[in-house]
Amino acid sequence: MRRVTLLAGVALVSVVVLLALVSFVWTPYDPVRVDPSARLLGPSAAHWLGTDGFGIDIASRIMVAAQTCLLVGVIAVGIAALVGVPIGIGSGLLGGWFSEVVMRVTDVLYAFPALLLAILLAAAFGASTWTAMIAIGIATIPAFARVARAGTVQVMASDYVLAARSCGTGRAAIAGRHILPNVAPVVGVQASVAFGIAILAEAALSYLGLATPPPTPTWGRMLRDAQTYLFTEPSLALWPGLAIAVAVLGFNLLGDGLRDLLDPKLREQAR
Amino acid sequence: MPNLRRGATRLRIRGPAVTVAIRVAIFLLSLVLASVLIFVVCAALPGDIAQVILGQNATSESLAALRHSLGLDRPLLSRYLDWVGGMLTGDFGTSFFTRLPVADQIATRLAVTGWLVFFGMAVALLVAVPVGMIAAVRRRRLSGAVISGLSQIGLAVPAFWAGILAVFIFAVKLRWLPANGYVPLREDPMQWAAHLVLPVLSLAVVQASVLTRYVRSAIVDVLEEDYIRTARAAGWTRLGALWRHGLRNASISVVTVLGLQLATLFVGAIVIESVFALPGLGQLLLDAVAQRDLMVVQGTVMVLVFAVLVVNTAVDLSYVALDPRIRTARR
Repeated sequence: MRRVTLLAGVALVSVVVLLALVSFVWTPYDPVRVDPSARLLGPSAAHWLGTDGFGIDIASRIMVAAQTCLLVGVIAVGIAALVGVPIGIGSGLLGGWFSEVVMRVTDVLYAFPALLLAILLAAAFGASTWTAMIAIGIATIPAFARVARAGTVQVMASDYVLAARSCGTGRAAIAGRHILPNVAPVVGVQASVAFGIAILAEAALSYLGLATPPPTPTWGRMLRDAQTYLFTEPSLALWPGLAIAVAVLGFNLLGDGLRDLLDPKLREQAR
Repeated sequence: MPNLRRGATRLRIRGPAVTVAIRVAIFLLSLVLASVLIFVVCAALPGDIAQVILGQNATSESLAALRHSLGLDRPLLSRYLDWVGGMLTGDFGTSFFTRLPVADQIATRLAVTGWLVFFGMAVALLVAVPVGMIAAVRRRRLSGAVISGLSQIGLAVPAFWAGILAVFIFAVKLRWLPANGYVPLREDPMQWAAHLVLPVLSLAVVQASVLTRYVRSAIVDVLEEDYIRTARAAGWTRLGALWRHGLRNASISVVTVLGLQLATLFVGAIVIESVFALPGLGQLLLDAVAQRDLMVVQGTVMVLVFAVLVVNTAVDLSYVALDPRIRTARR
């Protein structure tokens, strides 16, 4: 039963990654070329999912949009992990009032949801894929910092760290040899969950027109366009939303599956 | 033994009053940090706002005059202090474009977002608490697994997509409810309610999924406690034992999530307002961003962040009320 979660997650994520990879070399049609003669065609053998209001093949757009979605996820989660994990480990390792202050400052970021930060950045620098990625990344830093800190504090209290310290091992060596390997799995789980959240945030931002500008296709913008045709061509609103849901569900299940796999305590409870 | 005595006084002093005082101090500090962050990002705005307002053909004199009248030629620090000082007295500055007071604009929009968030959370809670309890009690049966699966799917659905689908089903197909727009409560209560149903539901679907999962896991944790087994041995039914002994214990972790979710609800409302063309804070903010109306952006973001911080602080303080162990604990 537990394996099912993990496998389902891997399968769904693979589908999205595969769509993105294939779209680099092949799509059924040009994903940006406007064709007025082929507007709003329903699903057919030629256009599997039909065409949108510009006459662009929807299947092709969905495939290419997977690239943007994964790019934003990778960069945003990368920023959050690269900044948040060192903050968390450092704070857990050093302790004292300084680390307390650092964590409190990180906590203030919690009051800035990704979307609000992205709106601010878009207001200041103009909306782009970059403002979205950076905003989502910064807003996700506290989550990584907390997870890394909790893991570090736990490891620091263990006997083998005590043994290492009594042998005169320095803090940096303890961080590299004992803490990092122990914290890495939790960070991995967090990364998977954060990836799902990042995809949702990116979708909302591009729906609002605050992320990747056209003509680059994004699932969020496709939904915005589809809303115009809700009375005449409702199926347009189906596929991009489904794509977002599949991607997010995939990363959520992957995160849950990994957590169950890594946490022996949970595994015992399940049996 | 000076050390021991000092420890003892600290234990006595750190009652609820000190816990509350520390939390309030953190709240105020966070507000200051947030205002600096907002101001700095907005001040980093590239390009000349006066140029944006007057267009490319403006003379350098008129640009300088406009900059002066907007206060953009003054040093950053005094602009920041003016802004913060004004907000403390309820003056959020004037919009660069409409020349109307920002505070008035925010006030008129606040009600729409407020109703949305309030009802969204209420509906989500009304669904999540009973459903989460059922999922926890029946976790080894099919019904529990089905609820978990559904909530997992609900987590993955973007709220704005749920909104679009809801419009299609209830406004386009069934024609039961209006597709978008807003009518103030004072004008027509029935129309007001009709216009809020779909936005609230689409906001609540996602929230309910998140909350259901947390309620479930909180109650599963409680159900494994010894005192529940004791209560069962004393003849209480599973639900009876949960009702009598479990809910208060489970409520602590649920309240935490509730606070965090309330914060995301404010932000979720921005997107939902866009789906249903509701004239709330989100629409105000997005319009201001499109026009680069700095004062409105700053003010609106500050109000939203303020709301989030207030909720987070209230959640932390509620632990003190809910859990006597925290109330008297020495940290």
